[in-house]
Amino acid sequence: MKELDENLSLSNGPPTQLSVLQKVSTFIGLFGLFVLLLATLNIDFPKKIIWLSISLIAITLGVFGFSYGLYANKSAGIKNNSVWSYSLTSRGLWAWLSGIVLTGFYIVLYFFPTYLGYNPDGSNSGLITLFDPLSIALSKNTASQWFVYGTLYTLAILVFGVKFIWKYRNNPYQRIRTFSVMFFQLGFAFIIPELMARLNNESFSLPYYDLKNIWPLNHYNFEQYRVDEFISAGTIGTALLIFGILSIFVITPVLTYFYGKRWYCSWVCGCGGLAETAGDSFRHLSDKSTFAWKVERWVIHSILVFVVFMTTAVVYTYLGYDADKYWLTKDIFLIGVVVVLSFVFVLLWVFKRKELKKDAKIGAIGYLTIIFALVGLHYSGLNDKVFIFEAETLRSTYGFLIGAVFSGVIGVGLYPIFGNRVWCRFGCPMAAILGMQQRFFSRFRITTNGGQCISCGNCSTYCEMGIDVKSYAQKGQNIVRSSCVGCGVCSAVCPRGVLKLENGKDVEESRYAEQPITLGNDGFKLNV
Amino acid sequence: MIEMKRIAIIGNGISGVTAARHIRKRSAKYQITLISAESEHFFSRTALMYLFMGHMRYEDIKPYEDNFWKKNRIELLFKYVERVEGHRNTLIFQDGKELFYDELIIASGSQPKTFGWKGEELKGVQTLYSLQDLQKLEKNSKNVQRAVIVGGGLIGVELAEMLMTRGILVTFLVREPYFWGNVLPKEEGDLVSRHLRSHLHDLRLDTELDEILADENGSVRAVRTKDGEEIECQLLGLTTGVKPNIGFLKNSDIKTEQGVLVNKYLQTNLPNVFAIGDCAQFYKHPTGRNNIEQLWYSGKMMGETIAHTICVSPLAYQPGMWFNSAKFFDIEYQTYGSVNPFKADKELSLYWEDTNEEKCMRLVYDAEENNLLGVNVLGIRMRHAVIEQWVNNKMPIEKVVSELKKANFDPEFFTVNWRKIKNTFNDQLKQLVP
Repeated sequence: MKELDENLSLSNGPPTQLSVLQKVSTFIGLFGLFVLLLATLNIDFPKKIIWLSISLIAITLGVFGFSYGLYANKSAGIKNNSVWSYSLTSRGLWAWLSGIVLTGFYIVLYFFPTYLGYNPDGSNSGLITLFDPLSIALSKNTASQWFVYGTLYTLAILVFGVKFIWKYRNNPYQRIRTFSVMFFQLGFAFIIPELMARLNNESFSLPYYDLKNIWPLNHYNFEQYRVDEFISAGTIGTALLIFGILSIFVITPVLTYFYGKRWYCSWVCGCGGLAETAGDSFRHLSDKSTFAWKVERWVIHSILVFVVFMTTAVVYTYLGYDADKYWLTKDIFLIGVVVVLSFVFVLLWVFKRKELKKDAKIGAIGYLTIIFALVGLHYSGLNDKVFIFEAETLRSTYGFLIGAVFSGVIGVGLYPIFGNRVWCRFGCPMAAILGMQQRFFSRFRITTNGGQCISCGNCSTYCEMGIDVKSYAQKGQNIVRSSCVGCGVCSAVCPRGVLKLENGKDVEESRYAEQPITLGNDGFKLNV
Repeated sequence: MIEMKRIAIIGNGISGVTAARHIRKRSAKYQITLISAESEHFFSRTALMYLFMGHMRYEDIKPYEDNFWKKNRIELLFKYVERVEGHRNTLIFQDGKELFYDELIIASGSQPKTFGWKGEELKGVQTLYSLQDLQKLEKNSKNVQRAVIVGGGLIGVELAEMLMTRGILVTFLVREPYFWGNVLPKEEGDLVSRHLRSHLHDLRLDTELDEILADENGSVRAVRTKDGEEIECQLLGLTTGVKPNIGFLKNSDIKTEQGVLVNKYLQTNLPNVFAIGDCAQFYKHPTGRNNIEQLWYSGKMMGETIAHTICVSPLAYQPGMWFNSAKFFDIEYQTYGSVNPFKADKELSLYWEDTNEEKCMRLVYDAEENNLLGVNVLGIRMRHAVIEQWVNNKMPIEKVVSELKKANFDPEFFTVNWRKIKNTFNDQLKQLVP
């Protein structure tokens, strides 16, 4: 007999009829989107406030109704039936279509915003002005394309968050975590910055600041125009600037030490928030191969190096032009960067060298050497720019390649093809930093319950970060991986209750020690 | 080059694969050949249901990537062993080819056990064990409105859950007065039965199959129970247990009974032939449990043990505290230590249940020594290592009750009313011990 017919799970398939409620909901939801499309096509709605409300409410009701049809009549529990049979969730036609529409939206948003009604020379039109009533109510300003994007983004997290909570209603960890991402998106990413903008006037201006958006995810936080604004905004501005720096060096390491990187990636972060809610249906599409893991390690850490280069060059360039304005001089700053990087390197090398894999050692030494060589080159006078290229070139390249193409177009646009955490896994430099802390300086781990794993593969399949969870669990080994965002779904889908996310009492190495034999195989205790 | 010794392993299930992996881990000097006629690569049998339900694809239920075997120099042979000739250390395959071995490990697992009902051979009647059974189920479940499942055990409930995802109405026949009656105590069995009832179209307890009825095409159209009732169905699942899969050893020089007979070193009557996992039958089980132990975890431990015996020194199979787990639709079940379905002599038990939440816990302890013997939980996860320590260290029941929470393994923020459990147990303790 041949190994297996292709498409085993697809040959028969589930009953796929939608209920009447789901059909009606689909219609209502699509109608809401249709209104947005009409606005984009420059249909001038007479009463914007009414049509905007109709559109957003229709989208909300559409998702709620559809989810109700999906989950309301089913008992609380795991709801993964037919995930690999539906076209939308198994890279079928609907997946490709929605992937194309989403990437298309991002391309227009980032590179052709005029199609949305953006007008660089005067007042906006089209879709953007449809959002004016809401924008004016919040910040007193008319809407921009970024306000439109922010509103839709927040709406997506809220409505799909409700769907997610419904789906995992048997699981308090999932419920609370989802409330958290919904709260931080609505409050910190959406409402507070808009209200802060309300305070701005001719003599006082703060940059748009999502407080939970920490450098280097927020790669532009220390650009000159922002820092200038912070400083000129007096005490509040300075406080915000200091908060931005403390977030990196104090708040983040402390929280990650106690709870792992999940406190950020799956409880607070906006990218994570969208991935966990709107992207939940695509979590199983992540690549679990060891090859993908290798690629991940190189790519994400290279982007981290890139953002360090870029930010250093940008800050270095504007420091010292105005000696009165910045007490920090170019030289102190550059030496500071070198000291911090060396400190991290030495810390890892002295305390954690045993745990570093070969490629990690090569990468760390390689990149550190390059940075030092470039700084040395600069001081020897051979190169007037810090990192060969103009800071502005680095900045705009990073913004384009990483900030727009990777995190937006690919990261979200291709949810239905590559899964919902492609950006978080391969691209996010913030995740790279938190990951290092989690792997080496954190109490967090996923505990494996003795020898009870049956290698069924649910945990690995539903790991959005592409971690082959079962490869640890079936050895009785705990899971401590840099990339783990602590979403807790592996533990939820485990049919034998084998996995538990925990904060231990210490960073003891035994937290991920390999178990040579199954717990309970007593012959070994007696004879070995 | 010196010819390497060859270890042949028949069966690429959890037992055979664990043996192969651990032999390779301990030694580079053997040539390892892993043989299966069921699948080219190891897959997780316990995950077959998820394949059918669309939770996973076939590649997702393979515990190791396909390049794992080459990397670890484990040779895979996708062939059917027809005969074993122990006196000349040779396997003979269906295609007539032969393979010489130095050591042989038989890990051929189980096959479904049925009871020779009239009509078993009809179209639409099937068991569920192998990958091939699953493929058959794909065909058989097409255009089916009603199915009957016979056999109130773990595979039966899995099959019921599977068929329901295809919109099929399932009638589940259970011989015992409550579900899994030969393993679960009555209260747990009742709780699970209630849960099944809320999911299934129809659950019939105390009901036995008598005869399978055919339509004019030779397909099943209904079953008749021993009470004479006819239940319509186009698909009949027989999930009435398994037995060792050792047909290919008939007429060989390896001693068998129901399974391959082995001593505590897992050795058969031939010194270089071993048997592990579901297919092995102990002359006398090292811990006094059933001589045939058809369990994932036992297979794993036997695989680890045999690798030590072959590569290092003879090691007797000595499983510690019993443990097992399962899931019935949405309820998870775990058991640790010894919990008998019927109250045994010199044993007492404490029982707490939350009917609304479908959770329960049972602690069994020694009536004289007062120490913990076993734990059953439904809807609550417990920490294996902690309970093992308690059972092995003979922790007194009062102390167990007061420290129960320490053994909890539920995900964060899950709530269990520990105080209520503690109070319930303490009340029961007062009544049980005058």
